[in-house]
Amino acid sequence: MEEVTQTEIKPFHAEDMTISVGPQHPSTHGVLRFVVKTDGEIISEAIPDVGYLHRSIEKIGEKVTWHGYVPYTDRADYLAAMFANQGFCMAAEKLGGVEVARRGEFCRVIACELNRIASHLISVGTFGQDIGAITPFIHALRERESINNLMEEICGARLTYNYLRIGGVGYDIKDETCHRITQFLDHFEPIVDEYNRLLTNNKIFIERLANVAPITREDALQYNIVGPNLRACGVSWDIRRDIPYSVYPELDFKIPVGTGEMGALGDCYDRYLVRMQEMMESCKILRQSLKMLPKGPAISKVPVKFKPPAGEAYVRVEAPRGDMGFYVVSDGSEYPYRVRIRTGSFTAMGLIHKLSRGIMVADLIALIASLDVDAPEIDR
Amino acid sequence: MEAREIYNRLKRQFPEDVTTFDAEVMDPCIHVRASAVVAACTYLRDEPDMTFEVLSDLTAVDLPKDGKFQVVYHLYSYAHRHQIVVKADVPREAPRIQTMESVWKAANWMEREVFDLFGIDFRGHSDLRRIMLPEDWVGHPLRKDYVEQEEYDGISTQREALVPEVLR
Repeated sequence: MEEVTQTEIKPFHAEDMTISVGPQHPSTHGVLRFVVKTDGEIISEAIPDVGYLHRSIEKIGEKVTWHGYVPYTDRADYLAAMFANQGFCMAAEKLGGVEVARRGEFCRVIACELNRIASHLISVGTFGQDIGAITPFIHALRERESINNLMEEICGARLTYNYLRIGGVGYDIKDETCHRITQFLDHFEPIVDEYNRLLTNNKIFIERLANVAPITREDALQYNIVGPNLRACGVSWDIRRDIPYSVYPELDFKIPVGTGEMGALGDCYDRYLVRMQEMMESCKILRQSLKMLPKGPAISKVPVKFKPPAGEAYVRVEAPRGDMGFYVVSDGSEYPYRVRIRTGSFTAMGLIHKLSRGIMVADLIALIASLDVDAPEIDR
Repeated sequence: MEAREIYNRLKRQFPEDVTTFDAEVMDPCIHVRASAVVAACTYLRDEPDMTFEVLSDLTAVDLPKDGKFQVVYHLYSYAHRHQIVVKADVPREAPRIQTMESVWKAANWMEREVFDLFGIDFRGHSDLRRIMLPEDWVGHPLRKDYVEQEEYDGISTQREALVPEVLR
């Protein structure tokens, strides 16, 4: 591959123009808005304006019971509902000292990894679409549709799953479903070649993304960038491996990190590539956990009136958009005293203002897509 | 490094301002006086064998019974793989604390959120505006004594009032 060089753009200062991108712009994936100040095609700054999807999920947490809050967490990030379920259930279990049924843990891992693939498919699919390639999006959605069908089989829902319960999972995964998940994996793993043809090795795609808006390691730590965006900067950090939870320590998987494959380390292309590789790792995890799925109950006994002792817990799970933290405070009553959800998209948005200085308007769209920010997760 | 040791080191550096240490909880936490929280966190970030380079989370808890807000900082170190919770109390009548922006840039947005939903004033913050709610919203929803305004921009926020109108 030839080295991709960017032509240097000489500053030519004309009058600044202020334009509003969003809230209904297709690249914003939900409703968020940027106030962009540009000098021609070059952005002098892009100020994110969020809050359009604020549903006060944290306040609702103080008004409903512990069990009753699980469906609300689905809505925190509707593309990865399983992980918010997992985070909240883990926090409640940590507070209440509940042991999770072993089969339940494996069911959680299977559901979560399927959800991760579905979420990353949306991410890379819309990534293509945002920068002008419509076809990969359709291909990605086709695969995601199969995952939605599997999810429907597992828990009856296709988007907001409400599958996890405190102490395990709501419904056991049947043997037929396990078989169908394996069938899906057999079909999906080779399909990645298709994406490689459409996107990964596509010269236009590479030139649009390589060297665009690289994030340095220092910035990533200062701004608390997490998940695939952090790994794309070359930081090998994954909660599943580094702060182990559930049954992940028993599973064998790699943590893909950015290498500056086509340009600078931590550029848009690296962020894309890390997600592609992560999907393959998820397939590996799925195959292992399907094989290891033990017999037994999928949920342990938890009282209906769940009242964890007073205290607080901070729990982190590795969601598709990175470290999702649940800070839950209990005062010993039937209702949580405070629920705080810390999400990856929120902190990623905080960095856009800085990254946007001096890039082209079209690159801003690539930047937003590459960070995979998700409006409901920012606003909660 | 163990949480107890982190506390001891911090206590030695700031004997006056570091008050108590909760060890018997799930996530050990250090209580620091609000006036010294920036200095303490800078120390935690820069000390070579602690290097808390990441502010994982910044939030607050409303404790009206004690007449205070608790600002909670979750710090993490990728290099040493340890975490610590730092807490600072601010009075409910005049909630004010120094901004953490100079230590971790991530604090900028997180503090805006706490300002919006709790009404805590972060002194020295570069851009302290509401982030989730509209600029002209009244009150701070995550306070325990928050009462929702009855209507906003001529739209009722009361469900009961809206339902019959829609059904009619």
